[in-house]
Amino acid sequence: MMTYHLLRLIWWALLGVLLAGFAITDGFDLGIGMLLPWVARTDNERRVVLNTIGPVWEGNQVWFILGGGAVFAAWPLLYAVSFSGFYFAMLLVLLALILRPVGFKYRSKLPNLTWRQTWDICLFIAGFMPALLFGVALGNVLQGVPFHFDPTLRAFYTGTFLDLLNPFGLICGLTSVAMLACHGSVFLLNKADGLIQQRTRRFTFISACLYIGLFALGGYWLATKVPGYAIQSTLLPDGPSNPLHKSVLRETGLWMQHYQQDPRLFTLPALGFISALLTLLATHIKSYRAAWVCSALMVGSTVATVGVSLYPFLLPSSSHPDMSLSIFDASSSHLTLEIMLIATLIFMPLILLYTSWVYYVLRGKVTEADVRQDKQSY
Amino acid sequence: MIHLDLIQLSRLQFAFTAMIHFIFVPLTLGLSLLLAIMETVYVMTQRTIWKEMTQFWGVLFGINFAMGVATGITMEFQFGTNWAYYSHYVGDIFGVPLAIEGLMAFFLEGTFIGLFFFGWKKLSKPAHLIVTWLVALGSNLSALWILIANGWMQHPVGAYFDFHTMRMEVSDFAAVLFNPVAQAKFVHTVSAGYVTGAIFVLSISAYYLLRHRHVALAKRSMTVAAAFGLAAALSVVVLGDESGYLAGENQKMKLAAMEGMWETEPAPASLSLFGLPNQQTHKTDYAVKVPYLLGLIATRSISEPILGINDLVKTAEQRIQHGIPAYVALQTLSNHPENTAAEKTLAAHADDLGYALLLKRYTPHISDATPAQIHAAAWDTVPNVPALFWSFRIMVACGLFFILLFAAAFVLCVKQRYQHPLFLRIAFFSLPLPWLSAELGWFVAENGRQPWVIDGILPTFLGTSSLSTQAVWASLIGFVLFYTVLTVIEFYLMVKYIRLGPTPLLQQQ
Repeated sequence: MMTYHLLRLIWWALLGVLLAGFAITDGFDLGIGMLLPWVARTDNERRVVLNTIGPVWEGNQVWFILGGGAVFAAWPLLYAVSFSGFYFAMLLVLLALILRPVGFKYRSKLPNLTWRQTWDICLFIAGFMPALLFGVALGNVLQGVPFHFDPTLRAFYTGTFLDLLNPFGLICGLTSVAMLACHGSVFLLNKADGLIQQRTRRFTFISACLYIGLFALGGYWLATKVPGYAIQSTLLPDGPSNPLHKSVLRETGLWMQHYQQDPRLFTLPALGFISALLTLLATHIKSYRAAWVCSALMVGSTVATVGVSLYPFLLPSSSHPDMSLSIFDASSSHLTLEIMLIATLIFMPLILLYTSWVYYVLRGKVTEADVRQDKQSY
Repeated sequence: MIHLDLIQLSRLQFAFTAMIHFIFVPLTLGLSLLLAIMETVYVMTQRTIWKEMTQFWGVLFGINFAMGVATGITMEFQFGTNWAYYSHYVGDIFGVPLAIEGLMAFFLEGTFIGLFFFGWKKLSKPAHLIVTWLVALGSNLSALWILIANGWMQHPVGAYFDFHTMRMEVSDFAAVLFNPVAQAKFVHTVSAGYVTGAIFVLSISAYYLLRHRHVALAKRSMTVAAAFGLAAALSVVVLGDESGYLAGENQKMKLAAMEGMWETEPAPASLSLFGLPNQQTHKTDYAVKVPYLLGLIATRSISEPILGINDLVKTAEQRIQHGIPAYVALQTLSNHPENTAAEKTLAAHADDLGYALLLKRYTPHISDATPAQIHAAAWDTVPNVPALFWSFRIMVACGLFFILLFAAAFVLCVKQRYQHPLFLRIAFFSLPLPWLSAELGWFVAENGRQPWVIDGILPTFLGTSSLSTQAVWASLIGFVLFYTVLTVIEFYLMVKYIRLGPTPLLQQQ
């Protein structure tokens, strides 16, 4: 039997894997949604772009739904505080995520152009808004958000939606937009050719450069302006999950402490920059498959950078730092973490296996002729 | 503006989004399996009409499926956004089936649904057939896990209250998994989904036959729907009866309310067919009763009495009194976790802690509750009797009608008498009924659980998030507008594609 301590660490890592899985797979769907109006002009071109992800986006989105379920099961307090605290942000994400399945499925069901163009706008919003808001949310998590508990662990969130749109939150939001636009564009480079591909290349260059600039700016801001958090009291890594029994220090620059203690950790953000540069290079020499691998790496290392900076916090409280949620006092019970781990170990390999098979079956470019011929196309 | 407080608004929003979600879910459950059956016939007989059928019903399936997915995401978010205290209090147990649902069911469904539509030319026939079956399997597995979660809300087993973490924690996962209430609900619900799918296919086929369009496709579809639907309709009723038996064991108040039964029914208990329950006078007027029947359904015997609402309220009153010491001990423990005397008191009274929490509506100081407050809280355990009484009866009437309808369809199909105008009309106009009964079924299950969000453990009014009423007003209005627009679009496309029928579809795009 694994110790509670180890299980919590494993679930912290798995949370990162799920987030990265979501950002890497559904990330390119969001990116392509954002690029849709700009890389494809005619209706046929748009259908090509939509059909490059048409058969796979639905499975990709499950990463997000599973992420929600896993947070609920493994970190119930995090689920409760963040979802209710970020109420309107969550509802906007929800709006976008609802527009997507409907948009894909219904857009090409009627020949009317206005109908189709309206859905294209919806699909653009459905790509842009979650990408922006996920980044904004992470930016705010890094700064801490105002919440506290009463003795029965009922959570009270005292911020508003507009408070989330602060400078650092927006920097993170735009970083996420640039990153996913870049990731989407390299996926599209692999799946489309001709005019669409030419236009997309331009967006790959622009978005990768923007990502590099914004990621650097975010890092600078984090080191110099954003308050970090550190646990001061002794926190039992095997103790019961109750976030009311610790004291936490809040001070600008504290998020850099792990990097100062162990400079090897700088590899993670460095990997973000390097893989963005390699994405540019690979796109330049038209090696699009390599470009996709590099941009996936860029997405993964960005998620990892945020996670490592926050460790061991999940959600710091800016108004009551002592009540911040950490991985050692906001998890579910020992038994639940264990059951969930067993379920994950059984199903995750299966999921990866059949998902790869589906991508293999759907390999190859999507052309206008394909879209016209196949009556099932979007 | 209408005065509604946070709890009512949150409940209204959950009810609205859940009921809209459940317009699409049963059809997905039933139609996915029907598609798999049709395609199996295609692969076995190699006759292209069966492929056309699979593709035609598949288009309608897709239109419905998109909305099912879209509205389903809301459900997973909403526990956190609007029921944060609930999420904290039972997330340790309730979150697990939701997460496993994602791992086991949603991935299967979401990954293969794309290949179902886009894989016709890329896959061999058997491979595509497997994909279709996997989509059906994924949908059905997701129903299993969500009903394990819901079954636990109705009958919480395998969990205990931990005062260190101020929440319920799992003690026996197998008990949660094999919760008899969950198992009965699962089979009842998926069967209801199969009935919905079968009536959908039956009605639309009847529409084509009435107009002498697409006759070959409609005849075959009707035959499949009749056979599949008859089996499903029988199992819905049988398993609904099983649910009734389990409610008799585990949710006595729900059963008594469904029956409008104020006084305890002495053995052998009789079943009310009709009556006018009155929540004020605590009487059911003009009751028409069938002797023995309720005893047989609820206890599987004729020798056991069935407790009525009045007696159950008395039990609730005792449980509230018994729960108060648990609450007092809990308060002591939150300041002095090492106080072993309080820990012992809590352990001895923990089963009734939830009942003490019912008093929170009346007083912040539960230990000083007056007898009048305890009495009032005990009466809160009675759900809305007339609403449950009638919803339940309409649902059952629909269920019995479905058996007759499918039996008639089955006989006509066997005799090859497809052109029976009266039957075809009845079949066509039956289209809304499975939705009516499914929605009413959920209403009985969930409203009958009130005032609890977790039966006997957590009152609904304690489960909400700490949001302002304005915020929930805004989101509720947003949901109503957004969902209405989307549902109208869905209906429009559905009707359009049904009118177009299978053949023009090939030229459509």
